[in-house]
Amino acid sequence: MATRTATIVPVKQTPKLNYLNNGHGLKSWLLTTDHKRIALLYLVSVSIFFFLGGVFAMLIRLELLTPQGDLLSADSYNKAFTQHGMIMVFFFLIPVVPAILGNFLVPLMIGAKDLAFPRINLLSWYLYITAGIIFLHCMINGGVDTGWTFYSPFSTEYTNTNIVEAGVAVFIAGFSSIFTGLNFIVTVHRMRAPGMTWDRLPLFIWANYATSLIMILGTPVIAITIVLVAVERLFHLGIFDPHLGGDPLLFQHLFWFYSHPAVYIMILPSMGVISELIACFSRKRPFGYTFVAISSMAIAVFGFLVWAHHMFVAGISLYAAMIFSFLSFSVGVPSAVKVFNWTATLYKGSITYATPMLYAFGFIGLFTIGGLTGLMLATIGIDVHVTDTYFVVAHFHYVMVGGVLMGYLGGLHFWWPKITGRMYPEGWAKLSALFVFVGFNLTFFPQFILGYVGMPRRYWQYPPEFQVLNVLSTAGASVLAVGYLLPMIYLLWSLRYGPIAGPNPWNAAGLEWQTASPPPTFNFDETPVVTWEAYNYDELPELPVEPVEVPVAR
Amino acid sequence: MHDSRLTTIPASTQVMTADHEEHNPALLHHFADAKQQKNAASLGMWLFLVTEIMFFGGMFCAYLIYRLKYFNAFAAGSQQLDIKMGALNTAVLIVSSVTVVLAVKAAEVGKRKLLVGYLVVTVLLGMTFLVVKGFEYKEKFEKHHVPGPNFNFTEKFDDNGKQIPVNPKEAELFFSIYFAMTGMHALHMIIGCGLFGTLAVLSWKGHYSPTYFTPIENAGLYWHLVDIIWIYLFPLLYLISRHS
Amino acid sequence: MSKFLPLWPDQASSMAGQVDALYIYLLLVSGVMTALIFITVTVLAIKYRRVPGRRAQQIHGSIVLEVGWSVLPFLVMITFFIWGAILFFKERTPPADATEVYVVAKQWMWKVEHMEGQREINALHVPTGQNVKLIMTSQDVIHSFFIPAFRVKQDVLPGRYTTLWFKATVPGHYHLFCAEYCGTMHSGMGGEVVVMDPQDYSAWMANGPAAPLQDTGRELFASLGCATCHRSDAQGRGPSLQGVYNKPVQLEGGRTVVADDDYVRESILNPTAKIVSGYKPVMPAFQGIVSDEQLNALVAYVKSLSSSPSSQPTTGTAGLQNLPAAPAAQPQNTQVQ
Repeated sequence: MATRTATIVPVKQTPKLNYLNNGHGLKSWLLTTDHKRIALLYLVSVSIFFFLGGVFAMLIRLELLTPQGDLLSADSYNKAFTQHGMIMVFFFLIPVVPAILGNFLVPLMIGAKDLAFPRINLLSWYLYITAGIIFLHCMINGGVDTGWTFYSPFSTEYTNTNIVEAGVAVFIAGFSSIFTGLNFIVTVHRMRAPGMTWDRLPLFIWANYATSLIMILGTPVIAITIVLVAVERLFHLGIFDPHLGGDPLLFQHLFWFYSHPAVYIMILPSMGVISELIACFSRKRPFGYTFVAISSMAIAVFGFLVWAHHMFVAGISLYAAMIFSFLSFSVGVPSAVKVFNWTATLYKGSITYATPMLYAFGFIGLFTIGGLTGLMLATIGIDVHVTDTYFVVAHFHYVMVGGVLMGYLGGLHFWWPKITGRMYPEGWAKLSALFVFVGFNLTFFPQFILGYVGMPRRYWQYPPEFQVLNVLSTAGASVLAVGYLLPMIYLLWSLRYGPIAGPNPWNAAGLEWQTASPPPTFNFDETPVVTWEAYNYDELPELPVEPVEVPVAR
Repeated sequence: MHDSRLTTIPASTQVMTADHEEHNPALLHHFADAKQQKNAASLGMWLFLVTEIMFFGGMFCAYLIYRLKYFNAFAAGSQQLDIKMGALNTAVLIVSSVTVVLAVKAAEVGKRKLLVGYLVVTVLLGMTFLVVKGFEYKEKFEKHHVPGPNFNFTEKFDDNGKQIPVNPKEAELFFSIYFAMTGMHALHMIIGCGLFGTLAVLSWKGHYSPTYFTPIENAGLYWHLVDIIWIYLFPLLYLISRHS
Repeated sequence: MSKFLPLWPDQASSMAGQVDALYIYLLLVSGVMTALIFITVTVLAIKYRRVPGRRAQQIHGSIVLEVGWSVLPFLVMITFFIWGAILFFKERTPPADATEVYVVAKQWMWKVEHMEGQREINALHVPTGQNVKLIMTSQDVIHSFFIPAFRVKQDVLPGRYTTLWFKATVPGHYHLFCAEYCGTMHSGMGGEVVVMDPQDYSAWMANGPAAPLQDTGRELFASLGCATCHRSDAQGRGPSLQGVYNKPVQLEGGRTVVADDDYVRESILNPTAKIVSGYKPVMPAFQGIVSDEQLNALVAYVKSLSSSPSSQPTTGTAGLQNLPAAPAAQPQNTQVQ
């Protein structure tokens, strides 16, 4: 305890004014330019969308309990998986880590008072909300039934659902993410505190920097693609529909040129979170810091070269397929490098098993499975059989849910004391982490088998022999749902009843832990000058076996 | 053992306010100094231009693919465009880029009236471009060259005197892309005119000084990009197979 | 395949075993890798758990390890790639002796046309031991033809042909699925593939009342007036179609293309797209006039005009006999090719 107090002495007193109580009332929130408040605005709105997307997921799983379509009609089912996909991709997975944790932490971690463009940051949130409201309006008015992929000519000429409105929503949400990315890049380049050199940047910052590059390079392409779909639909211009002279494969190329890198927009920030968690709970500088940082950039670059691996059976040429297969393996290398480095970081560490670390372990395991099955899909001879089946569904849920969501939940628990000034209840958190891990595997592992035996995705009814595996999957989904609902409850509870956290409950390295919890409006009372290397855990005291409440007078 | 980091933590817990930079009212509180703010703004602008290039890139990609696929129809469609109006507009935009450069220079040396003058001229040139474009669109309407139910294309591709008939569906695709690209470009011109009009008003009110004229510089960058896109659009759309 | 809890799909084509072999290799490698990571993480997490008094040892990294665990996995991946690419090449290269079957997809059914004239809906009958090549197109949106037991899948696009081939090995009934989402009844757009012994298959085929596809095509060729210009004696306003199929064609402007299914299809729907050298672009477009099924018949007919290139003289005669509607056809013009 003696060493503990040594670190926290200087900020022993929680400042009376912090970003949470510096201004009250709705207006002070809705017109705020404080990155931390905007992060909370995102936290609330993204959580609402996650809940909605989850409701659709449950509808899908319940429908698939029986082989014949009996709970929902075919059209309702098609709409359910479309809304599930669109909400989860555009309104949850893409913003979740960058817009919540990134927004909150990027300025704090580099010692800046705010992002470079606070008003643009607020604009991003308003764009997100506008997009969300338009999408909800579209959903209430019947929704969309194209799948989140909008494949033409189905989307442009054949469906009679409101593609244009959904397209407008996605277009606006896209600009929200472009502005967030632009803000992060400029902030990382221009706003670093004195002494915060590039090789001292936390890996979370590197990951968000790489993500932002993808956001600003990829998102405009999906934006124009959606404009073209809308124009084709409204005026019957033949850009994608072959009956009008267009080429449906062009749509797929343009779509995946963004939507494949978008997968890395989702997973990279979570990888950044995991690097922070493993370092803190092993009390070690991450093994191969430089390589982990470079691998983030490599993933961002290679991510742009592999889009056509979604199209191996779509009608592209034999040789194009081979080239894209080869390139797809190349993106596997930096991902593997990360996993190996995380594992090596554990070696000779001093490891504790707080909830965030449990999520980090979960991430490594699930991402390994997700990544390796990704390699199977990149193997073209196999992809022909398993593409467009549940194998693909299982694979990307392992990466998206097993990866992104584990990273997000781990990060949210880790920085919760920083964000709110309160600790979450450790016991409940561990229980829900267990629910998430078990429920997740039960939901999605059977889907690998389902896919290989041949059940195509987006099927409302299916041959009876697939039922047992589907029932298993639905059972898992219920466990998973409990695992997600629990944090929603106990985190809210902790806002009022959680133990006071103090500025650095984890004894963690990183500038964000050197200011108060919750931080003051401009983060640091004086601009910090960084004179130490990143992850100087050798200079920091040990973590107690169980994190304890720091005795701080309120 | 943590001396180095302790120095960075101030004893005071007072929340910082934005009033410590009296010297430059344009300096926002979260920047350390004006230079940092200017660098941030221009990097931000460049990144935004990158997104614009990617945005138009999608359309250029579609253009290239269909031009390769339906060359004859594209040539026939291109031959129906008014090359004189296109050239006039190109000249107008090049001149406007010059006035933008002069405006930035005027801002740099603090000549307010000159600055406002160049900004106004730029807006006028931009509007000239839009008016000319409007006449071109009008002509397309009259000739039924606007894609849609009334589209009608009977013209042939004049390949050095050889008349090659083309599939109207493919010609329609050319005009689809023509309208998509020039329409999106015109939208950017309209935004640019609004931007420069606002800047002219603000300059007149004396918002900018030789120490702070970043918005003018950045708006200039935007204007140049919109010009450059036109410089590509003009030959790609108007000058297919015009060697006769 | 277990009907209660299927863990592995039926193997009913020559390709199934090969795909499974690669899949098992991938499963083994992935299984070993996953186990390795799981065990390492677990062991390290337990062994280096926090013990009072022992501090973490800072290790910054190792270039050797980094290079090692970048290069080694990459080499393993190269084996995936090469094996996968070889397999894919086989999957995508139909043998020359394959029987051709036309498939037209529409929301939400599969229409199958055998060369012999048999037609089926949502079913495909094939004999064992015979290479079968499907030539597929769609009338509306994108579909995907998927037979899990054969390990084959190919998207079916409107406006062009895509192909898929297999050799069925085990008689039985297998699932046929549409694998590309195509609207309301996507999940109902399936049927069965019936694999039969060759003699059963012949019996089944003999039951078919319809005329061979190429005959339907020949009748269309006459009734649409194609034969007036595409005369077999190369004297017509259009190029002769004798023996054109699958041969290079010299185009106006110097380019050469191979007259494959897609070329023939495009030339019917949109003749000005590619103009044969020496001819004027005078042919009307048939877009919207002929249906996809009629197109298939026409393409089959054009194909029949050059069925066996090894026996050219007889082919020529056969082709001419197939041209009752072309009054100008003269027997001496067999050297057109």
